[in-house]
Amino acid sequence: MTALQRWGFVAAALLPTLAIYAFVRLYPIGDVLFLSMHEWNIISRVRPFIGFENFVELYGDPLFREALRNTAVIAFGVLLITVPLAMVLAALIHARTASRLAPFFETAVFLPHVVSLVPAAMAWKWIFDARLGPLNAVLSLFGVSPKAWLFDPVLSVVCVMVLCSWQALGYAVLIFLVGIKNLPASLYEAAKLDGAGPIQSFLFITVPLLKPITLYVSVVTLVAGFNVYGQAFVLASDAQGAPGQLVRVLVLDMLENGFRNYRVGYAAAEAVVLLLVVLALTGIQFGLLRDRSRA
Amino acid sequence: MNPATRQKLIGWIIDAGLLLFSLAMLLPLVLLVSNAFKTPPDILQWPPAILPRDPTMANMKAVLSDTPLLRWIWNSVAFALLSTAAILATSAIAGYVLAKFRSRPLDVIFAVILATAIVPFEVYMIPLYFTVQKMGLLNSTAGLLVGYLVMSFGIFLIRQNVIASIPDELLEAARVDGAGEWWIFARIVLPLLRGPLGALGVLAFFQAWTAFAWPLIVATTKESYTVEVGLALFQTGFTVDLGRLSAAATVVLVPTIIVFSLLRRNFVQGVAASGLKD
Repeated sequence: MTALQRWGFVAAALLPTLAIYAFVRLYPIGDVLFLSMHEWNIISRVRPFIGFENFVELYGDPLFREALRNTAVIAFGVLLITVPLAMVLAALIHARTASRLAPFFETAVFLPHVVSLVPAAMAWKWIFDARLGPLNAVLSLFGVSPKAWLFDPVLSVVCVMVLCSWQALGYAVLIFLVGIKNLPASLYEAAKLDGAGPIQSFLFITVPLLKPITLYVSVVTLVAGFNVYGQAFVLASDAQGAPGQLVRVLVLDMLENGFRNYRVGYAAAEAVVLLLVVLALTGIQFGLLRDRSRA
Repeated sequence: MNPATRQKLIGWIIDAGLLLFSLAMLLPLVLLVSNAFKTPPDILQWPPAILPRDPTMANMKAVLSDTPLLRWIWNSVAFALLSTAAILATSAIAGYVLAKFRSRPLDVIFAVILATAIVPFEVYMIPLYFTVQKMGLLNSTAGLLVGYLVMSFGIFLIRQNVIASIPDELLEAARVDGAGEWWIFARIVLPLLRGPLGALGVLAFFQAWTAFAWPLIVATTKESYTVEVGLALFQTGFTVDLGRLSAAATVVLVPTIIVFSLLRRNFVQGVAASGLKD
């Protein structure tokens, strides 16, 4: 086998994949950066270069600001609901590994993460329904007056947040479970000998040792939260002529600018903002990880 | 109470709590499936009941005959299967080559793949849409596929597995025996990667099956909708009632849940591996 033959194989094997990769990933990413600095409304042939004007306009655009605010509230809301809950659930499920019910717990918590988004969102849409939904029915048992969950500008954001948390929880639990299984058992035995109870072990061993995994799960959850779209689309879209409150999120605003207002350059600038948010979050994750290993 | 009994009691209490929580997680799906079998007066009943009083198949029959639901399901299945095949093929070959033929340029290529992995699909979706448009592939399975041909995580996963589980000596021995590189890849490497490829395949299938934003912009004719898009637009209609909506959603949901239950191990492996990349 000559070196030439060997590198011939490498080229023949790798080139198709690399060509596809360049065509469907690298090129569009580059194109988004290019378009964000240009003015282009689908029909016109010319695309004048306008520098950062799109970004300046975005800064003053009330719809974009609303979208960014809603998206950030949803992303951080999902994070605050999901991550602590998932950590506790994972610890409890791990403690009950021997239980016959353990596989059922894992499946039940994880299932919402894999079922198709639209049917799941439709289920929640009915739960939140003001007239017929079970949520108001249950609340009325406690004397709470019925609320128009999907029509109120604040409550509808909460609804999207709840739906996203319900979906995101299973993933976080699964990753935490893997993490907890990999923690050294000797630490827990030592703590037990020193008289620590299970709650103390959880707070002073599990939580600190899981920090890198917690960081990872947090960033994944936040990034997914910033890309929220389908959930808001389904919950807000009108059913039987009753339009729900539109929860404007980043991706929705971007698609509206691109495909309804035909302002592709402007939409690309929004995509770049989304990218910067994701890069910042990932950067913070790596920064915090490095801090930890230095300490 | 002696410690052993106490321990047992605590275990039961945790089990009971987890059981309640698990059932609560499943409740929205149970309600949806139940609504699919409710009669119109049942659905308007207040307070709403968990189970239908008088189960009916009318909603099911109506959606299956009045909407192209089966067509949409077929579109989704075709899209998801082809996407899975493409991702498995590109990940297997690229992952293997990037693991076993280390050199500076290849390491740079791998670094670029890793770096672009953090860019969400939604960021470059619009330029990709125009590419698909230029190729004349809008409203087709091929157009949908363009967005789902490669998965950075797949390449990464296979590369890690090749490094961890396929020794150089094995490949060298085959070369000494006169085996060609393609033969080695197909007959030695691929069979050893069955586990990770299985996990990746399930992951890729579900990723395409549940895709939403991309199919929504690429497939805009009733015949080309995927099931997610079809359902999302169907539920905005004026004339459909909750029973039919739920029936349509159930038709999609139940097979998903069955397939997931069968492939649960593969899936969990794949997702777990995705969390360990740091």
